[in-house]
This record gives sequence, structure tokens and C-alpha cells, in this order.
Amino acid sequence: MPPASALSSTPAVSIDRLVKVYKGLTAVAGISFQLQPGSITALLGGNGAGKTTTIAMIVGLTAPTSGTVSVLGARMPGQRYQVLHRMNFESPYVDMPMRLTVRQNLTVFAGLYGVEDTQERIRTLAEELDLVEFLDRPTGKLSAGQKTRVSLAKALLNRPEVLLLDEPTASLDPDTADWVRGRLERYRSEQGATVLLASHNMNEVERLCERVIILKKGRIEDDDLPQHLLARYGRHTLEEVFLDVARGRRETEEAAQ
Amino acid sequence: MNARTQAQVSFSPRRVGALVLRYWYLLRSSWPRLLELIYWPTVQVLTWGLIQTYIGQHSGFFARAGATLIGAMLLWEILFRGQLGFSISFLEEMWARNLGNLMISPLRPAEFVIALMTMSLIRLTIGMVPVFFMAMFFFGFNVYGLGFAFVAFFINLILTSWAIGILVSGLLLRHGLGAESLAWTLAFLILPLSCVYYPVTILPEWLQVVAWMLPPTYVFEGLRALIIDQVFRGDLMLRALALNVLYFGAAAWAFLRLLESARHQGTLMQGGE
Repeated sequence: MPPASALSSTPAVSIDRLVKVYKGLTAVAGISFQLQPGSITALLGGNGAGKTTTIAMIVGLTAPTSGTVSVLGARMPGQRYQVLHRMNFESPYVDMPMRLTVRQNLTVFAGLYGVEDTQERIRTLAEELDLVEFLDRPTGKLSAGQKTRVSLAKALLNRPEVLLLDEPTASLDPDTADWVRGRLERYRSEQGATVLLASHNMNEVERLCERVIILKKGRIEDDDLPQHLLARYGRHTLEEVFLDVARGRRETEEAAQ
Repeated sequence: MNARTQAQVSFSPRRVGALVLRYWYLLRSSWPRLLELIYWPTVQVLTWGLIQTYIGQHSGFFARAGATLIGAMLLWEILFRGQLGFSISFLEEMWARNLGNLMISPLRPAEFVIALMTMSLIRLTIGMVPVFFMAMFFFGFNVYGLGFAFVAFFINLILTSWAIGILVSGLLLRHGLGAESLAWTLAFLILPLSCVYYPVTILPEWLQVVAWMLPPTYVFEGLRALIIDQVFRGDLMLRALALNVLYFGAAAWAFLRLLESARHQGTLMQGGE
């Protein structure tokens, strides 16, 4: 059954005029958006657009310079301990300890998240993410794709209501990536989870996401449904839309008119 | 209590246990890590034990004073290895790029610190217990024979080691692996001032004031009083304890401030240089 947050109209994530400045360099420049419970949204943008910084502020790893972030009604990072057990994230910027086996890593994180029936949960996730044969192997001995699946297993351990994924299929082959997308879709529909996905893979975004937020230089350049973006930019794929935004074609065309 | 409620409670022994388990898995999977715990204390006890044997060949005061050398070395190792056990466990998270995972989990800073203190005790036990027996069998210095005095020495030294470990961890959080060398060097800053191998009166008067601000100074003076004068100085232990409570509190405060500063600087995600 989906959690209560999925049935509520209160936003699962609410960001208001969020700003992050690092030593004079503006990474996020006053963005605002809300994520409805049970929605799956893509955060698009080139390198340095502010995607990772935005996700870091949502999970409470980084404090905003100004503006507010609320997750499941709790202000981040000040009230983070009210909600951290209800959310999780996966990112290429963090690793699981390499010398520990997959089972040991998942056991440790299950303890940190207060997961009941730990071994049963690990067994289920291992089956769902095709990790059964690797459970007793050191995490560092796995391939990049297998490690990504272990990170995903960790991110799903506590059945999070809010799941933040930073390029979750970046290191996977097309077949495995497609399979992982299927798993994420299923998880979202079964748990009613709210998912925010930062990705460079436009096929992934088109398949999974019902809303796309495009960041450029720390600002929201566009925010709409994928089909609306395609219509408005007069393009057939989100990749073309992304390139238009990244290279400033739309601004150039508007200026010319 | 269900999992959701359990995860919300402000202090959870299960989360502490989970983190201790993580370090224990790591330790038992790596024989070089285990060997490293015993290697240096063994080298130290052999060196100082032989020096003591040489000095002990002379009679009188120097024979008695010689016994303080190996005792002082063993107590210094408790302080240094205790701090190293704390700091290295913390560094393991940075080397593994796992800090971000921990910081977005429900793990509280106090639980993190208690897990590191527990690991400091475990690593100290693995490294020092065999060395204490070596000192007893090869050089006739029985640490356990000091009785209650040893308990008082140990509590004060381990508290100092944890205070240094907490401060170093905070600096690592804030400044990343660029501050890594502090884990190995900061304790040595207090080595000459703590008067490990010589009495405080050797120092110039103005430096004695500084020395008496350090809790280990009281412990090493207490050791010399016990071995040379056969007197247990409870007053010194209580003063050391008061200073330790002060420094431990200050280190915990600094750790929380540095953690918040790291959150503002955005260094928690990567923890690199």
C-alpha cells in the first residue's frame, strides 16, 4: 500500500527561492519547485548546472545560502532527523565501502535505517536487483554496473517515500539500464514514492518521468511535461530540447524575432 | 517499536551497533590492518624495555626511575593508539567515500562519535593487551599490578585521546583529506608538554603552567609518584578528570560546529581534498 504521503496533496518536496553560493560562485540561483507525492520528475542540465547541489540540499548534506527546502513537511537541514529515515539517495559521488561484502554493506545500512526483517529485506532486494550471486563478494570486486545495483539496493532498503537518484544508470549497459528503469517504475507504482532523478540520459527521462525541470547555470530554464516541452520547442526528442537549452538556441531565436 | 518509530528516536543503540559492525567487518577482512595494530606497540615495548633493563643495572634512584620509562611508554601508547583508533575509523569513511551515505542516514553525530569511541577501545584492546603481557613477561612490568591506579590512568588517557580524535574528525569533515596528517601528528604536539618521560619540574616555569593545563601531565606525574614514591595521587587523577571533561565537551562542541560549517561549504558529499 502506498504510504500516507502519496495520498496527501501536500508536496513531498517543496523548494522555495533556493540559493547556494560557494565562495562567490553561484551554484544554485534562486530556484523554486514542488514535487507532488508519488510523482517522478527529472532534473536535467549540463555539467555545473546545479543538479547535484540541489539534490545535496534536498537530502540535507548541504545547507542553502538562502531560501528553503522542505521534505515531507520537515525543513532541511534543520529538521532532517524527522524525515531522513523516510528518504534515501543514490549518487556517483558516494561509494559503498569496498572491502565489505554486499551483504555486510546492506546489513550495516539496514541497521542505520532501522529496517526490520533485515535478512529478508536483503534477500528480496538481491533477487529484484539480480544481486543474489554477488551477496558474499566484496563490493570492490564487482563491476561498475553491479556496484550501481548495490547502491540502488541500499537506496531502496528502507522503502523510502522520497527517493533521490543522481544519474542512476550512468555506468550500466543498455540492457541492464533498461531493466533498472523497469525496477524503478515498479517501485514507484508499488510504494507511491516520490522520485527525483538527475540524468543525462534522455531516453531514461522520456520513459520514466512525467515532468522535466531543466537547469542552466543554477536557474530553472524550463519546467513542464515532456510532451509540452517537445511541442513548445518543436522537437521530436528531449535530447534535441536539451541541446536547444544547453546551447541557448531558443534564446537566440527569440532575440532574432 | 516499529522500524519507523525506531529510526526517529534521538539515540539508537542499534545505529551505533550497525556502525561498529561496519568497522569490525573491515578490520577482520584485512590482516595488514590487524598487524598494524600490534606492530608499533611491540617495537616500542621492546625498545623501552631494553633501555629500562640497561638503566636497571645501576642501583638506587635511577633503577627505580628506570621502571617509569616502560610504564610511561605503555601509558603514552594508550593515549596515542586510542586517538589513532578513533581517527582511523573516521578516516576509513573518507577513504571509502562513504561519508555522504552516513550523513544522509538517520545516524546522529553522537551515535557516530560513540561508535568511533567503541572502535577505539576495540582496536586498543587488540593492539595493547598482548603488549602489556610482553612487558610483564620480558621486562617484569605488570600494568595490571597497578590495580585501581591503572584504571584511573586509563580513564583519563582514553578521555584525552577521544577529545583529540573528535577534534581531528571535525577538522577532517571541514577540510577534507587535506587535513589527514593531523590524525597522526596532533597527539605528538602534547608529547613534550605532557612530561611523559621526565618530571614537570624539568620544564621552564612558564612552560610548567602550560603543562599543567594538559590532563596527561597529571597521569604521568601520578605514575612517577606511584613507582618512585609508592604513593597513589588521587588528587592528580581528579584534576585530570575535570580537565578531560572540559576538553571533551569543547571537542564535541567544535565537532558539531565544524560539521555545520562543512554542511555550509558543501564538503560532506565528497570529503576529498
